[in-house]
Amino acid sequence: MEKLEVEKHAQYILSVEKRKDDFESVVMEHLRMNGAYWGLTTLDLLGKLEIVDKDEVVSWVMSCQHESGGFGGNVGHDPHILYTLSAVQVLALFDKLDVLDIDKLSNYIASLQNEDGSFSGDMWGEVDTRFSYIAICCLSLLHRLDKINVEKAVNYVVSCKNLDGGFGSIPGGESHAGQIFCCVGALAITGSLHHVDKDLLGWWLCERQVKSGGLNGRPEKLPDVCYSWWVLSSLIMIDRVHWIDKEKLARFILDCQDKENGGISDRPDDAVDVFHTYFGVAGLSLLEYPGLKAIDPAYALPVHVVNRIFFGQMKTCPTQQSSPRLQH
Amino acid sequence: MDSDEDERIPFSQRAEWSDVKPVSQDDGPNPVVPIAYTDDFRETMDYFRAVYQSDERTHRSLALTEEAIDMNAGNYTVWHFRRLILETLNADLHNELDFIERIAKSNSKNYQIWHHRRWVAEKLGTKATELELDFTRKVLSLDAKHYHAWSHRQWSLQVLGGWEEELDYCGKLIEEDIFNNSAWNQRYFVITRSPLLGGLQAMRESEVRYTVEAILANPDNESPWRYLRGLYKGDTSLLLSDPQVVSVCLKVLSTSMNCVFALSLLLDLLCLGFQPDQEFKSVVESLRTSDSATPDSNLAKTVCSVLERVDSLRSNYWAWRKNNLPSPAVQS
Repeated sequence: MEKLEVEKHAQYILSVEKRKDDFESVVMEHLRMNGAYWGLTTLDLLGKLEIVDKDEVVSWVMSCQHESGGFGGNVGHDPHILYTLSAVQVLALFDKLDVLDIDKLSNYIASLQNEDGSFSGDMWGEVDTRFSYIAICCLSLLHRLDKINVEKAVNYVVSCKNLDGGFGSIPGGESHAGQIFCCVGALAITGSLHHVDKDLLGWWLCERQVKSGGLNGRPEKLPDVCYSWWVLSSLIMIDRVHWIDKEKLARFILDCQDKENGGISDRPDDAVDVFHTYFGVAGLSLLEYPGLKAIDPAYALPVHVVNRIFFGQMKTCPTQQSSPRLQH
Repeated sequence: MDSDEDERIPFSQRAEWSDVKPVSQDDGPNPVVPIAYTDDFRETMDYFRAVYQSDERTHRSLALTEEAIDMNAGNYTVWHFRRLILETLNADLHNELDFIERIAKSNSKNYQIWHHRRWVAEKLGTKATELELDFTRKVLSLDAKHYHAWSHRQWSLQVLGGWEEELDYCGKLIEEDIFNNSAWNQRYFVITRSPLLGGLQAMRESEVRYTVEAILANPDNESPWRYLRGLYKGDTSLLLSDPQVVSVCLKVLSTSMNCVFALSLLLDLLCLGFQPDQEFKSVVESLRTSDSATPDSNLAKTVCSVLERVDSLRSNYWAWRKNNLPSPAVQS
């Protein structure tokens, strides 16, 4: 089997900063906060986070906070719940959640909950189960789940469950692996996994594995490295990951590496980007690839970071199975 | 894109912008992930920041947001400001729909576009019903599994109506590509939610016929098999007692013995307590004789063994099923 090019991937992530005038830098400008989360989490999983200047990152993140309490994708941009979670996750990576005005931030998130329990992403009111996950994950990391109506939030997520056991973005929306991660993650964090039909959903999820070993996100779609995260983390949360061929999947991810310049792409021989580099490394971490730190399937943060938040300073790097909130 | 795109005149050389002082991006001190911008993009965004900070909601600002969106349709703040301007100017929103359609041609997977479209359609109300159905139909004609388009269409049907042709539309898409899971999902959405069709129970009989036909046309298609189960949602006794269900499984297995979906539905029927008749037993028996493994003690176990062999990628799943058969299945 190919091996993971740890050094090259770390260098690739650093190099993304320096490239000039290419397409990726233009399209990334507004979602730089997400980019920072993908890149920095990958570095931590690779054991390379120390090559980044922590104080610079933290001060930049804080300069993206809006007076409402939410975070924008970059300095001077409007706040959105999408960037708010990334900001909290980045601060968590550096053990710097204490720089936040936690009440202000959690009030911002709580203000986005709607009467039916769903969440809007911002003041314009777009509703999506992605935002339910983000709100729940964020508030849980801040120990402020009591700020929202958790029961209603859970009921809304459950209302998006489909006949195949999967979940969509809104009630009736087609099951999609990314949305399933969000819904299962929200239910895992709130201790509500009993609402998931685990065997039915588990079968749907393992049907996502195709002959090449890769996973797709919906029936009859092409495999893509990002689903190594969305599908795999969901399977772990519902304790059904042993139903797929893990070795074949690991080989598929490793085949998507740019072995010369670092980075991981969606499929073998495509162009690499930070997004897929994160999902590839996170997927391998879930597959317990040797040398990688374990990642928590619900919080999408390294397990040692999650443990630090919930249990204070504890033993480092236990495996993901020790996540205590995942009640099966 | 406009034809004169190549001859873009910088804002700094446009007379109508001479009174505006551009504001450059503040990346903070020693940015962590410094982003290098193209010159045109940087200049446009500098002028955008200027009008955004002064909250100038004018026609020229509206035109500026259009240029900025053309360069990067993913910038959340630009769209946000554009809505504020549209509202202040009380602009004709039909023009806005045309604008979105143009932008969507190259960026249809962008969340902002769909969110903006919904905002406009909501303001137009039922005047937009047909327009939204047409718009999503166009997008789906290029990518029939487009997630945003389907979400928008479902939202539009529920809020603005227009259900009359929807079941036929699903049928047409399924005819074009019987493997299109999105179209099957939409079909389920229509039969369970359309105010015109009477709901799942009223539709069940005709839908079972439709689905069985689709399965027989292409048995290795995950979607109709799942749809078929969905038609009996919450009523397993009906699933057990409907002779069409077991018969489609047996029919499929008579020609394609390794059909995973037929085998798995058979297994589910046995787990629910299905009482197999002679035909059923002999079909399973014939599967077993073609299986090299040692004979299993009951029908459900036999089906699991066959599945372990023919679906080896998921052999752990089928082994787990075999070791966890419920009591009704063990008695058959």
